[in-house]
Amino acid sequence: MSMAGSETALRDHVAAAPGQRWLWDRDRSICLTDLHRGTILGAGFPSLAGGSVLVAAENQINAAIALIELDGVARRVVILPPGVEFGHLAEIVAAAQVDAAVVDNGSPPLKTLGLPVQVCCESSIIPASEDPASRVCTEWVLVTSGTTGVPKMVVHNLASLTAPLQAASPADGATVWGTFYDIRRYGGLQIYLRALLGGASLVLSNPEESVADHLARLGQHGVTHLSGTPSHWRRALMNPAIEKIAPRYVRLSGEIADQAILDGLRATFPQAVIGHAYASTEAGVAFDVNDGRAGFPADYFAATRDGVEMKIVDGSLRIRSPRTALAYLDTAQALAGADGFVDTGDIVEQDGDRCFFAGRKGGIINIGGMKVHPEEVEAVINRHPRVRMSLVRGRQSPITGSVVVADVVLSSGQDLESKRQIEVKSDILKFCSDALPRHKVPASISFVPKLDVAATGKLVRRQG
Amino acid sequence: MSVKLTIMQQMEQVAREHGKILPPLKEDLVLANCGLDSLGFAVLVARLEDTLGIDPFTAAEDAIFPITLGDFVKVYEHGRQ
Repeated sequence: MSMAGSETALRDHVAAAPGQRWLWDRDRSICLTDLHRGTILGAGFPSLAGGSVLVAAENQINAAIALIELDGVARRVVILPPGVEFGHLAEIVAAAQVDAAVVDNGSPPLKTLGLPVQVCCESSIIPASEDPASRVCTEWVLVTSGTTGVPKMVVHNLASLTAPLQAASPADGATVWGTFYDIRRYGGLQIYLRALLGGASLVLSNPEESVADHLARLGQHGVTHLSGTPSHWRRALMNPAIEKIAPRYVRLSGEIADQAILDGLRATFPQAVIGHAYASTEAGVAFDVNDGRAGFPADYFAATRDGVEMKIVDGSLRIRSPRTALAYLDTAQALAGADGFVDTGDIVEQDGDRCFFAGRKGGIINIGGMKVHPEEVEAVINRHPRVRMSLVRGRQSPITGSVVVADVVLSSGQDLESKRQIEVKSDILKFCSDALPRHKVPASISFVPKLDVAATGKLVRRQG
Repeated sequence: MSVKLTIMQQMEQVAREHGKILPPLKEDLVLANCGLDSLGFAVLVARLEDTLGIDPFTAAEDAIFPITLGDFVKVYEHGRQ
Protein backbone atom coordinates (compact mmCIF):
# COMPACT_ATOMS: atom_id res chain seq x y z
CA MET A 1 0.00 0.00 0.00
CA SER A 2 1.45 3.37 -0.88
CA MET A 3 0.59 6.42 1.09
CA ALA A 4 2.02 9.73 0.04
CA GLY A 5 2.39 13.10 1.66
CA SER A 6 0.35 16.23 1.41
CA GLU A 7 1.96 17.81 -1.65
CA THR A 8 -0.46 15.85 -3.75
CA ALA A 9 -4.16 16.48 -3.20
CA LEU A 10 -6.53 13.61 -2.62
CA ARG A 11 -8.09 14.03 -6.06
CA ASP A 12 -4.70 13.41 -7.69
CA HIS A 13 -4.15 10.22 -5.70
CA VAL A 14 -7.54 8.97 -6.81
CA ALA A 15 -6.82 9.87 -10.44
CA ALA A 16 -3.41 8.15 -10.30
CA ALA A 17 -4.69 4.79 -9.05
CA PRO A 18 -5.17 2.31 -11.89
CA GLY A 19 -8.35 0.45 -12.70
CA GLN A 20 -11.95 1.12 -11.80
CA ARG A 21 -12.66 1.71 -8.14
CA TRP A 22 -16.08 2.07 -6.59
CA LEU A 23 -17.80 3.57 -3.63
CA TRP A 24 -20.94 1.66 -2.77
CA ASP A 25 -23.63 2.57 -0.34
CA ARG A 26 -27.00 0.90 -0.01
CA ASP A 27 -28.69 2.94 -2.72
CA ARG A 28 -25.95 4.16 -5.03
CA SER A 29 -22.69 3.16 -6.67
CA ILE A 30 -20.18 5.77 -7.70
CA CYS A 31 -17.21 5.03 -9.91
CA LEU A 32 -14.29 7.08 -8.64
CA THR A 33 -12.73 7.20 -12.09
CA ASP A 34 -15.60 9.49 -13.13
CA LEU A 35 -14.15 12.17 -10.85
CA HIS A 36 -11.58 12.89 -13.54
CA ARG A 37 -13.15 16.00 -15.09
CA GLY A 38 -16.28 15.33 -13.10
CA THR A 39 -17.89 16.70 -9.98
CA ILE A 40 -20.74 15.92 -7.63
CA LEU A 41 -20.79 19.57 -6.59
CA GLY A 42 -22.11 20.90 -9.87
CA ALA A 43 -21.75 24.48 -11.00
CA GLY A 44 -21.27 25.71 -7.43
CA PHE A 45 -17.95 23.94 -6.98
CA PRO A 46 -15.68 26.87 -8.00
CA SER A 47 -17.32 29.07 -5.37
CA LEU A 48 -15.89 26.82 -2.66
CA ALA A 49 -12.26 27.47 -3.62
CA GLY A 50 -10.29 28.96 -0.75
CA GLY A 51 -13.23 28.78 1.63
CA SER A 52 -13.88 27.22 5.00
CA VAL A 53 -16.42 24.60 3.99
CA LEU A 54 -18.77 22.66 6.24
CA VAL A 55 -19.42 19.26 4.72
CA ALA A 56 -22.97 18.89 5.98
CA ALA A 57 -24.38 16.43 3.44
CA GLU A 58 -26.46 13.86 5.29
CA ASN A 59 -25.72 11.13 2.80
CA GLN A 60 -22.38 9.49 3.48
CA ILE A 61 -21.48 8.92 -0.16
CA ASN A 62 -22.08 12.62 -0.95
CA ALA A 63 -19.80 13.64 1.90
CA ALA A 64 -17.18 11.11 0.82
CA ILE A 65 -17.02 12.44 -2.74
CA ALA A 66 -17.08 16.07 -1.57
CA LEU A 67 -14.00 15.40 0.57
CA ILE A 68 -12.06 14.18 -2.44
CA GLU A 69 -13.06 17.25 -4.40
CA LEU A 70 -12.40 19.78 -1.66
CA ASP A 71 -8.93 18.64 -0.59
CA GLY A 72 -6.42 21.05 -2.11
CA VAL A 73 -9.21 23.43 -3.11
CA ALA A 74 -10.87 24.58 0.11
CA ARG A 75 -8.75 26.25 2.78
CA ARG A 76 -10.54 24.19 5.41
CA VAL A 77 -13.08 21.38 5.41
CA VAL A 78 -15.15 20.80 8.52
CA ILE A 79 -16.55 17.28 8.46
CA LEU A 80 -19.91 17.07 10.18
CA PRO A 81 -20.58 13.55 11.47
CA PRO A 82 -24.16 12.35 11.81
CA GLY A 83 -25.76 12.92 15.17
CA VAL A 84 -24.32 16.31 16.09
CA GLU A 85 -27.06 18.23 17.86
CA PHE A 86 -28.40 21.11 15.86
CA GLY A 87 -27.74 23.40 18.82
CA HIS A 88 -24.00 22.87 18.43
CA LEU A 89 -23.95 23.79 14.74
CA ALA A 90 -23.78 27.53 15.32
CA GLU A 91 -20.74 27.10 17.60
CA ILE A 92 -19.04 24.92 15.00
CA VAL A 93 -19.73 27.39 12.20
CA ALA A 94 -18.46 30.31 14.27
CA ALA A 95 -15.36 28.57 15.62
CA ALA A 96 -14.31 27.27 12.20
CA GLN A 97 -15.21 30.56 10.44
CA VAL A 98 -17.28 28.53 8.04
CA ASP A 99 -18.37 30.52 5.00
CA ALA A 100 -19.80 27.80 2.81
CA ALA A 101 -21.52 24.46 3.13
CA VAL A 102 -21.94 21.33 1.04
CA VAL A 103 -25.46 20.05 1.60
CA ASP A 104 -27.98 17.58 0.27
CA ASN A 105 -31.68 16.95 0.75
CA GLY A 106 -31.13 15.45 4.19
CA SER A 107 -28.92 18.20 5.61
CA PRO A 108 -29.99 20.07 8.72
CA PRO A 109 -31.55 23.48 7.95
CA LEU A 110 -28.60 25.85 7.83
CA LYS A 111 -30.53 28.99 6.84
CA THR A 112 -30.40 30.53 10.28
CA LEU A 113 -26.61 30.22 10.31
CA GLY A 114 -26.23 32.86 7.61
CA LEU A 115 -23.80 31.02 5.35
CA PRO A 116 -23.26 32.98 2.14
CA VAL A 117 -22.61 29.93 -0.03
CA GLN A 118 -24.45 26.62 -0.05
CA VAL A 119 -23.69 24.02 -2.68
CA CYS A 120 -26.10 21.13 -3.09
CA CYS A 121 -24.78 17.74 -4.16
CA GLU A 122 -25.93 16.35 -7.49
CA SER A 123 -27.35 12.83 -7.49
CA SER A 124 -24.37 11.57 -9.48
CA ILE A 125 -21.05 12.80 -10.82
CA ILE A 126 -21.60 15.22 -13.69
CA PRO A 127 -19.01 16.41 -16.24
CA ALA A 128 -16.92 19.44 -15.29
CA SER A 129 -15.14 21.59 -17.83
CA GLU A 130 -11.80 21.07 -16.14
CA ASP A 131 -10.35 19.85 -12.88
CA PRO A 132 -9.49 22.67 -10.49
CA ALA A 133 -5.83 23.34 -9.87
CA SER A 134 -4.84 22.11 -6.41
CA ARG A 135 -2.94 24.77 -4.61
CA VAL A 136 -3.66 24.83 -0.88
CA CYS A 137 -2.84 22.42 1.93
CA THR A 138 -6.36 21.95 3.20
CA GLU A 139 -7.07 21.75 6.91
CA TRP A 140 -9.29 18.79 7.75
CA VAL A 141 -11.36 19.44 10.86
CA LEU A 142 -12.91 16.43 12.57
CA VAL A 143 -15.75 16.94 15.02
CA THR A 144 -15.66 14.53 17.96
CA SER A 145 -18.42 14.11 20.48
CA GLY A 146 -16.19 14.55 23.52
CA THR A 147 -17.22 13.08 26.85
CA THR A 148 -19.34 16.02 27.93
CA GLY A 149 -21.32 16.15 24.69
CA VAL A 150 -19.83 19.49 23.61
CA PRO A 151 -18.15 18.80 20.27
CA LYS A 152 -14.39 19.19 20.03
CA MET A 153 -12.88 20.19 16.73
CA VAL A 154 -9.62 18.47 15.88
CA VAL A 155 -7.41 19.79 13.08
CA HIS A 156 -5.58 17.41 10.76
CA ASN A 157 -4.31 17.63 7.21
CA LEU A 158 -4.02 14.96 4.54
CA ALA A 159 -0.45 14.22 5.65
CA SER A 160 -1.34 13.61 9.30
CA LEU A 161 -4.32 11.51 8.28
CA THR A 162 -2.37 9.32 5.88
CA ALA A 163 1.28 9.25 7.05
CA PRO A 164 2.44 5.73 6.24
CA LEU A 165 2.16 2.91 8.70
CA GLN A 166 3.86 -0.37 7.86
CA ALA A 167 1.32 -2.21 5.74
CA ALA A 168 -0.33 -4.62 8.11
CA SER A 169 -3.11 -5.84 5.89
CA PRO A 170 -2.67 -8.48 3.23
CA ALA A 171 -2.21 -6.66 -0.08
CA ASP A 172 -2.45 -9.55 -2.52
CA GLY A 173 -5.25 -9.45 -5.05
CA ALA A 174 -7.95 -6.82 -5.46
CA THR A 175 -8.90 -5.14 -2.23
CA VAL A 176 -12.46 -4.28 -1.29
CA TRP A 177 -12.67 -2.44 1.99
CA GLY A 178 -15.73 -2.30 4.18
CA THR A 179 -16.33 -0.60 7.48
CA PHE A 180 -19.03 -0.50 10.11
CA TYR A 181 -17.94 3.06 10.92
CA ASP A 182 -19.24 6.22 9.31
CA ILE A 183 -16.38 7.71 7.29
CA ARG A 184 -17.02 11.14 8.83
CA ARG A 185 -15.45 9.97 12.09
CA TYR A 186 -11.75 9.28 12.54
CA GLY A 187 -11.95 5.46 12.54
CA GLY A 188 -14.00 5.40 9.36
CA LEU A 189 -12.06 8.21 7.69
CA GLN A 190 -8.87 6.20 8.18
CA ILE A 191 -10.38 3.29 6.29
CA TYR A 192 -11.75 5.54 3.56
CA LEU A 193 -8.36 7.18 2.99
CA ARG A 194 -6.60 3.83 3.08
CA ALA A 195 -8.96 2.54 0.43
CA LEU A 196 -8.50 5.65 -1.74
CA LEU A 197 -4.73 5.76 -1.49
CA GLY A 198 -4.42 1.99 -1.83
CA GLY A 199 -6.47 1.93 -5.01
CA ALA A 200 -9.27 -0.11 -3.43
CA SER A 201 -13.05 0.07 -3.54
CA LEU A 202 -15.11 0.66 -0.38
CA VAL A 203 -18.52 -0.49 0.83
CA LEU A 204 -20.10 2.21 3.01
CA SER A 205 -22.41 1.58 5.95
CA ASN A 206 -25.96 2.88 6.07
CA PRO A 207 -27.61 3.88 9.34
CA GLU A 208 -31.03 2.63 8.26
CA GLU A 209 -29.79 -0.81 7.35
CA SER A 210 -29.99 -3.87 9.62
CA VAL A 211 -26.80 -5.70 10.55
CA ALA A 212 -27.98 -8.68 8.47
CA ASP A 213 -28.60 -6.54 5.39
CA HIS A 214 -25.28 -4.78 5.81
CA LEU A 215 -23.42 -8.09 6.06
CA ALA A 216 -25.27 -9.41 3.01
CA ARG A 217 -24.30 -6.31 1.04
CA LEU A 218 -20.67 -6.61 2.16
CA GLY A 219 -20.77 -10.21 0.95
CA GLN A 220 -22.25 -9.25 -2.43
CA HIS A 221 -19.39 -6.84 -3.06
CA GLY A 222 -16.86 -9.47 -2.02
CA VAL A 223 -15.40 -7.46 0.87
CA THR A 224 -11.81 -8.50 1.59
CA HIS A 225 -10.90 -6.03 4.36
CA LEU A 226 -13.38 -5.12 7.07
CA SER A 227 -13.05 -2.74 9.98
CA GLY A 228 -15.07 -1.86 13.07
CA THR A 229 -15.03 -1.57 16.84
CA PRO A 230 -15.13 -4.68 19.06
CA SER A 231 -18.78 -3.77 19.78
CA HIS A 232 -19.52 -3.69 16.04
CA TRP A 233 -17.87 -7.07 15.66
CA ARG A 234 -19.69 -8.65 18.61
CA ARG A 235 -22.97 -7.52 17.09
CA ALA A 236 -21.92 -8.96 13.73
CA LEU A 237 -20.86 -12.30 15.23
CA MET A 238 -24.29 -12.63 16.86
CA ASN A 239 -25.91 -12.43 13.43
CA PRO A 240 -26.36 -15.54 11.28
CA ALA A 241 -25.61 -13.38 8.20
CA ILE A 242 -21.95 -13.31 9.30
CA GLU A 243 -21.46 -16.38 7.09
CA LYS A 244 -22.08 -14.21 4.02
CA ILE A 245 -18.67 -12.58 4.35
CA ALA A 246 -15.19 -14.05 4.17
CA PRO A 247 -12.73 -11.20 4.70
CA ARG A 248 -8.99 -11.77 4.43
CA TYR A 249 -8.32 -8.96 6.87
CA VAL A 250 -10.37 -8.23 9.98
CA ARG A 251 -9.54 -5.04 11.80
CA LEU A 252 -10.66 -3.79 15.20
CA SER A 253 -10.15 -0.32 16.64
CA GLY A 254 -11.83 2.32 18.78
CA GLU A 255 -12.29 0.18 21.89
CA ILE A 256 -10.21 -2.35 23.77
CA ALA A 257 -10.02 -5.61 21.83
CA ASP A 258 -10.19 -8.29 24.51
CA GLN A 259 -9.08 -11.89 24.03
CA ALA A 260 -12.66 -13.15 23.78
CA ILE A 261 -13.53 -11.11 20.70
CA LEU A 262 -10.17 -11.88 19.08
CA ASP A 263 -10.74 -15.61 19.66
CA GLY A 264 -14.33 -15.33 18.44
CA LEU A 265 -13.19 -13.74 15.20
CA ARG A 266 -10.41 -16.29 14.82
CA ALA A 267 -12.92 -19.14 15.13
CA THR A 268 -15.26 -17.52 12.59
CA PHE A 269 -12.57 -16.49 10.10
CA PRO A 270 -9.79 -19.07 10.48
CA GLN A 271 -7.95 -17.88 7.35
CA ALA A 272 -8.04 -14.14 8.00
CA VAL A 273 -5.41 -11.82 9.39
CA ILE A 274 -7.02 -10.41 12.53
CA GLY A 275 -5.53 -7.15 13.70
CA HIS A 276 -6.42 -4.62 16.33
CA ALA A 277 -5.25 -1.06 16.01
CA TYR A 278 -4.78 1.67 18.54
CA ALA A 279 -5.85 5.09 17.37
CA SER A 280 -7.65 8.20 18.50
CA THR A 281 -8.80 11.31 16.67
CA GLU A 282 -6.23 13.41 18.53
CA ALA A 283 -3.27 11.00 18.75
CA GLY A 284 -3.75 9.41 15.33
CA VAL A 285 -3.10 5.78 14.49
CA ALA A 286 -0.30 4.59 16.77
CA PHE A 287 0.09 0.89 16.10
CA ASP A 288 -1.40 -2.32 14.78
CA VAL A 289 -1.20 -5.65 16.59
CA ASN A 290 -1.55 -8.75 14.43
CA ASP A 291 -0.52 -11.68 16.65
CA GLY A 292 -4.09 -12.48 17.68
CA ARG A 293 -3.45 -11.62 21.32
CA ALA A 294 -5.02 -8.86 23.40
CA GLY A 295 -2.75 -5.99 24.43
CA PHE A 296 0.52 -5.13 22.72
CA PRO A 297 4.21 -5.95 23.16
CA ALA A 298 5.86 -3.91 25.90
CA ASP A 299 8.85 -3.27 23.65
CA TYR A 300 6.69 -0.87 21.62
CA PHE A 301 7.89 1.64 24.22
CA ALA A 302 11.54 0.85 23.61
CA ALA A 303 12.00 2.53 20.25
CA THR A 304 10.32 4.82 17.77
CA ARG A 305 8.16 2.67 15.50
CA ASP A 306 6.80 4.05 12.22
CA GLY A 307 7.59 7.49 13.61
CA VAL A 308 5.49 6.85 16.73
CA GLU A 309 6.95 7.53 20.16
CA MET A 310 5.06 6.32 23.21
CA LYS A 311 5.46 6.74 26.94
CA ILE A 312 3.37 6.37 30.06
CA VAL A 313 2.91 9.29 32.42
CA ASP A 314 0.63 8.98 35.47
CA GLY A 315 -0.55 5.64 34.16
CA SER A 316 -1.89 6.92 30.86
CA LEU A 317 -0.50 6.46 27.37
CA ARG A 318 1.13 9.47 25.71
CA ILE A 319 1.82 9.51 21.97
CA ARG A 320 3.83 11.70 19.62
CA SER A 321 3.85 10.90 15.93
CA PRO A 322 3.48 12.28 12.41
CA ARG A 323 -0.14 11.16 12.62
CA THR A 324 -0.92 13.22 15.70
CA ALA A 325 -3.48 15.95 15.02
CA LEU A 326 -2.09 19.46 14.58
CA ALA A 327 -4.26 21.22 17.17
CA TYR A 328 -7.74 21.80 18.46
CA LEU A 329 -9.45 24.50 16.46
CA ASP A 330 -10.11 26.24 19.74
CA THR A 331 -6.46 27.01 20.39
CA ALA A 332 -7.14 27.95 24.01
CA GLN A 333 -7.16 24.21 24.58
CA ALA A 334 -3.83 22.43 24.18
CA LEU A 335 -3.99 19.21 22.16
CA ALA A 336 -0.51 18.09 23.18
CA GLY A 337 1.89 18.88 25.99
CA ALA A 338 4.86 21.18 25.51
CA ASP A 339 6.89 18.12 24.46
CA GLY A 340 4.43 17.35 21.65
CA PHE A 341 3.00 14.23 23.31
CA VAL A 342 -0.78 13.76 23.33
CA ASP A 343 -2.28 12.33 26.52
CA THR A 344 -4.70 9.68 25.27
CA GLY A 345 -6.39 9.24 28.66
CA ASP A 346 -6.12 5.47 28.18
CA ILE A 347 -4.63 3.64 31.15
CA VAL A 348 -1.94 1.08 30.26
CA GLU A 349 -0.69 -1.62 32.60
CA GLN A 350 2.26 -3.91 31.98
CA ASP A 351 2.20 -7.64 32.71
CA GLY A 352 5.52 -9.24 31.83
CA ASP A 353 6.42 -8.47 28.23
CA ARG A 354 2.88 -7.43 27.33
CA CYS A 355 0.95 -4.21 27.91
CA PHE A 356 -2.81 -4.05 28.32
CA PHE A 357 -5.35 -1.26 28.23
CA ALA A 358 -7.07 -1.12 31.59
CA GLY A 359 -9.66 1.54 30.79
CA ARG A 360 -10.25 5.27 30.63
CA LYS A 361 -8.75 7.71 33.07
CA GLY A 362 -12.15 9.18 33.96
CA GLY A 363 -14.10 5.91 33.93
CA ILE A 364 -12.88 4.52 37.21
CA ILE A 365 -15.35 3.05 39.72
CA ASN A 366 -14.35 3.79 43.29
CA ILE A 367 -15.20 0.94 45.68
CA GLY A 368 -14.51 2.23 49.17
CA GLY A 369 -11.26 3.79 47.97
CA MET A 370 -10.21 0.89 45.75
CA LYS A 371 -10.25 1.58 42.03
CA VAL A 372 -11.80 -0.56 39.35
CA HIS A 373 -11.72 -0.01 35.60
CA PRO A 374 -14.97 -1.32 34.09
CA GLU A 375 -13.06 -2.63 31.09
CA GLU A 376 -10.88 -5.02 33.10
CA VAL A 377 -13.96 -6.67 34.59
CA GLU A 378 -15.68 -6.79 31.20
CA ALA A 379 -12.62 -8.52 29.73
CA VAL A 380 -12.98 -11.32 32.30
CA ILE A 381 -16.75 -11.66 31.92
CA ASN A 382 -16.42 -11.70 28.11
CA ARG A 383 -14.10 -14.72 28.36
CA HIS A 384 -16.94 -16.79 29.81
CA PRO A 385 -18.16 -19.18 27.11
CA ARG A 386 -21.83 -18.22 27.56
CA VAL A 387 -21.18 -14.48 27.25
CA ARG A 388 -21.24 -12.39 24.05
CA MET A 389 -20.67 -8.96 25.56
CA SER A 390 -20.96 -7.05 28.81
CA LEU A 391 -21.09 -3.60 30.30
CA VAL A 392 -19.70 -3.00 33.76
CA ARG A 393 -20.61 0.12 35.71
CA GLY A 394 -20.76 1.44 39.22
CA ARG A 395 -23.95 1.38 41.24
CA GLN A 396 -24.36 3.69 44.21
CA SER A 397 -23.81 1.91 47.50
CA PRO A 398 -24.60 3.29 50.95
CA ILE A 399 -21.63 1.39 52.36
CA THR A 400 -18.72 1.62 49.95
CA GLY A 401 -19.84 4.54 47.76
CA SER A 402 -20.11 2.25 44.75
CA VAL A 403 -20.26 -1.40 43.90
CA VAL A 404 -19.51 -3.07 40.60
CA VAL A 405 -22.52 -4.28 38.62
CA ALA A 406 -22.62 -5.91 35.21
CA ASP A 407 -25.14 -6.05 32.37
CA VAL A 408 -24.49 -9.16 30.34
CA VAL A 409 -25.61 -10.26 26.88
CA LEU A 410 -25.47 -14.05 26.57
CA SER A 411 -24.24 -15.61 23.35
CA SER A 412 -27.37 -17.74 23.12
CA GLY A 413 -30.36 -18.83 25.16
CA GLN A 414 -31.25 -15.31 26.29
CA ASP A 415 -34.63 -16.59 27.46
CA LEU A 416 -33.23 -19.13 29.88
CA GLU A 417 -35.67 -20.38 32.46
CA SER A 418 -35.08 -18.65 35.75
CA LYS A 419 -33.47 -21.64 37.47
CA ARG A 420 -30.93 -21.95 34.66
CA GLN A 421 -30.36 -18.17 34.76
CA ILE A 422 -29.34 -18.39 38.40
CA GLU A 423 -26.89 -21.18 37.58
CA VAL A 424 -25.28 -19.23 34.74
CA LYS A 425 -25.09 -16.09 36.89
CA SER A 426 -23.35 -17.88 39.70
CA ASP A 427 -21.03 -19.54 37.22
CA ILE A 428 -20.04 -16.14 35.80
CA LEU A 429 -19.53 -14.86 39.35
CA LYS A 430 -17.32 -17.83 40.13
CA PHE A 431 -15.41 -17.17 36.92
CA CYS A 432 -14.83 -13.56 38.05
CA SER A 433 -13.86 -14.58 41.60
CA ASP A 434 -11.19 -16.88 40.19
CA ALA A 435 -9.68 -14.12 38.07
CA LEU A 436 -10.21 -10.90 40.01
CA PRO A 437 -9.73 -9.52 43.50
CA ARG A 438 -12.92 -9.49 45.58
CA HIS A 439 -13.80 -5.81 45.14
CA LYS A 440 -13.75 -6.15 41.34
CA VAL A 441 -16.20 -9.05 41.26
CA PRO A 442 -19.67 -7.78 40.31
CA ALA A 443 -22.08 -7.52 43.22
CA SER A 444 -24.90 -7.97 40.76
CA ILE A 445 -25.28 -9.40 37.27
CA SER A 446 -28.28 -8.71 35.04
CA PHE A 447 -28.96 -10.47 31.78
CA VAL A 448 -30.04 -8.02 29.11
CA PRO A 449 -31.09 -8.73 25.49
CA LYS A 450 -28.71 -6.12 24.08
CA LEU A 451 -26.38 -3.29 24.97
CA ASP A 452 -26.53 0.11 23.36
CA VAL A 453 -23.79 0.86 20.88
CA ALA A 454 -23.39 4.54 20.05
CA ALA A 455 -23.10 5.90 16.52
CA THR A 456 -19.34 5.89 17.11
CA GLY A 457 -19.46 2.09 17.36
CA LYS A 458 -18.53 2.18 21.02
CA LEU A 459 -20.49 0.84 23.96
CA VAL A 460 -22.63 3.54 25.54
CA ARG A 461 -21.31 4.07 29.06
CA ARG A 462 -23.47 6.00 31.44
CA GLN A 463 -22.34 7.23 34.79
CA GLY A 464 -24.35 5.48 37.46
CA MET B 1 -40.38 -15.93 50.65
CA SER B 2 -40.28 -13.65 53.68
CA VAL B 3 -37.99 -10.65 53.75
CA LYS B 4 -36.17 -12.16 56.70
CA LEU B 5 -35.54 -15.45 54.95
CA THR B 6 -34.38 -13.71 51.78
CA ILE B 7 -31.91 -11.62 53.76
CA MET B 8 -30.57 -14.66 55.60
CA GLN B 9 -30.14 -16.63 52.38
CA GLN B 10 -28.32 -13.75 50.68
CA MET B 11 -26.05 -13.32 53.71
CA GLU B 12 -25.10 -16.99 53.55
CA GLN B 13 -24.52 -16.68 49.81
CA VAL B 14 -22.28 -13.58 50.04
CA ALA B 15 -20.36 -15.11 52.97
CA ARG B 16 -19.74 -18.24 50.90
CA GLU B 17 -18.48 -16.20 47.94
CA HIS B 18 -16.21 -14.17 50.19
CA GLY B 19 -14.86 -17.22 52.00
CA LYS B 20 -16.41 -16.26 55.35
CA ILE B 21 -18.25 -18.45 57.86
CA LEU B 22 -21.21 -16.82 59.57
CA PRO B 23 -22.24 -17.47 63.16
CA PRO B 24 -25.84 -18.65 63.67
CA LEU B 25 -28.12 -15.94 62.24
CA LYS B 26 -30.12 -14.88 65.28
CA GLU B 27 -32.15 -11.69 65.72
CA ASP B 28 -29.70 -10.27 68.26
CA LEU B 29 -26.57 -11.02 66.23
CA VAL B 30 -24.48 -7.83 66.15
CA LEU B 31 -23.75 -7.12 62.49
CA ALA B 32 -20.27 -5.82 63.23
CA ASN B 33 -19.42 -9.28 64.59
CA CYS B 34 -21.05 -11.36 61.88
CA GLY B 35 -17.94 -11.83 59.76
CA LEU B 36 -18.94 -9.77 56.72
CA ASP B 37 -16.75 -6.73 56.10
CA SER B 38 -17.95 -3.49 54.52
CA LEU B 39 -17.47 -4.83 50.98
CA GLY B 40 -19.49 -7.90 51.97
CA PHE B 41 -22.31 -5.66 53.22
CA ALA B 42 -22.11 -3.51 50.10
CA VAL B 43 -22.56 -6.63 47.97
CA LEU B 44 -25.37 -7.85 50.23
CA VAL B 45 -27.25 -4.56 49.94
CA ALA B 46 -26.83 -4.60 46.13
CA ARG B 47 -28.14 -8.19 45.93
CA LEU B 48 -31.09 -7.35 48.17
CA GLU B 49 -31.88 -4.41 45.90
CA ASP B 50 -32.07 -6.92 43.02
CA THR B 51 -34.25 -9.43 44.87
CA LEU B 52 -36.43 -7.16 47.05
CA GLY B 53 -36.44 -4.16 44.74
CA ILE B 54 -35.33 -1.64 47.37
CA ASP B 55 -32.21 -0.13 48.87
CA PRO B 56 -33.68 1.40 52.05
CA PHE B 57 -30.35 2.91 53.07
CA THR B 58 -29.86 5.00 49.93
CA ALA B 59 -33.57 5.80 49.77
CA ALA B 60 -33.76 7.04 53.38
CA GLU B 61 -33.47 10.75 54.07
CA ASP B 62 -31.69 10.16 57.37
CA ALA B 63 -28.78 7.83 57.85
CA ILE B 64 -29.84 4.44 59.20
CA PHE B 65 -27.49 2.42 61.34
CA PRO B 66 -28.89 -1.00 62.19
CA ILE B 67 -26.94 -2.66 65.00
CA THR B 68 -28.32 -6.16 65.02
CA LEU B 69 -29.56 -8.53 62.37
CA GLY B 70 -33.07 -7.94 63.71
CA ASP B 71 -32.69 -4.18 63.13
CA PHE B 72 -31.37 -4.82 59.64
CA VAL B 73 -34.37 -7.00 58.74
CA LYS B 74 -36.76 -4.36 60.14
CA VAL B 75 -35.23 -1.67 57.89
CA TYR B 76 -36.11 -3.79 54.86
CA GLU B 77 -39.54 -4.80 56.16
CA HIS B 78 -40.28 -1.16 56.88
CA GLY B 79 -38.93 -0.10 53.48
CA ARG B 80 -41.18 -2.60 51.69
CA GLN B 81 -44.36 -1.15 53.18
